[in-house]
Amino acid sequence: MSATELTAPLYKTGDTVRISVAYPPGHRRTPDYIKGKTGIVERYCGAFINPEERAYGFAGLPKKHLYRVRFDQSEVWDTYEGAAKDTLDLEFYEHWLEGEPS
Amino acid sequence: MSSPEDHEHDHDHGHKADGSPLNYADDSRHDFDETDHYPLMVEAIRQLVIEKEIVKTGDVQERLDFMDSRGIELGAKIVVKAWTDPDFKARLLADGTKAVAELDIPMADAELVVVENTADTHNLIVCTLCSCYPRTILGLPPDWYKSKTYRSRAVNEPRSVIREFGTIIADDVTVRVHDSNADMRYLVLPARPAGTEGWSEEQLTEIITRDSLVGATVPSIN
Repeated sequence: MSATELTAPLYKTGDTVRISVAYPPGHRRTPDYIKGKTGIVERYCGAFINPEERAYGFAGLPKKHLYRVRFDQSEVWDTYEGAAKDTLDLEFYEHWLEGEPS
Repeated sequence: MSSPEDHEHDHDHGHKADGSPLNYADDSRHDFDETDHYPLMVEAIRQLVIEKEIVKTGDVQERLDFMDSRGIELGAKIVVKAWTDPDFKARLLADGTKAVAELDIPMADAELVVVENTADTHNLIVCTLCSCYPRTILGLPPDWYKSKTYRSRAVNEPRSVIREFGTIIADDVTVRVHDSNADMRYLVLPARPAGTEGWSEEQLTEIITRDSLVGATVPSIN
């Protein structure tokens, strides 16, 4: 990998994305409970130094695009007991997102 | 000196004698054993940087004291400004980091996202992975925020958690939970309570509690 340039963000607000089901070792910022779930991009947050690289002394560059994704609680938990409209938002670096950009 | 754990209550949300709400006692301490690998490594590094004169003993303590001394003052200032200045509120919700910079409040390396509680939406903040918290504006997180109990339950039964802190969220109100798992930091903008019309900024500041800025409670004038 020699990618040193930050490319344009793939997704935008309103896009449907699925969270990658992957279990790479090391410092990761995507909790297991949300892997495989589908949500809607709530906003693009900007590009940030990749903490999954920086944790091990690398520069973490190029920066990674970060998004907030909103999920229906009923999609995340089979046993969710709150209201149907309740939501859960998390942040994801772009490489955790799957789905065709609109 | 008041510690960040001290906060004034004129309402009852069921604190136990040790000051922790209900069953959110500090189980995070179960992770911490001073003879464990990581604490020993931290201590070794601390001694090394002092020995090599990279920092002075006093610097470490000064920094710790500074972190301990910060409370919710800046967070409360942001909320009062938003309650009394609709244009600022609009800018705050659109871009939190930029809006608080107008008040000379820097967010260090993080970005601030402000989420608004309204008649039909209630927001709750959690960090399931660790204990990310907007320390620059709220000081150190309370022990319950770091507890495994809170971190696991806030995401999948937020209504029960909020109820245990003393607030019942009506079924027709949408509960939005925000897992603070990366570079954003979150501040809940509570709804300004009815009956506070014409109040001074000082009076408004007094009803803002730490827990209400995380969404665990709501400000009350009773």
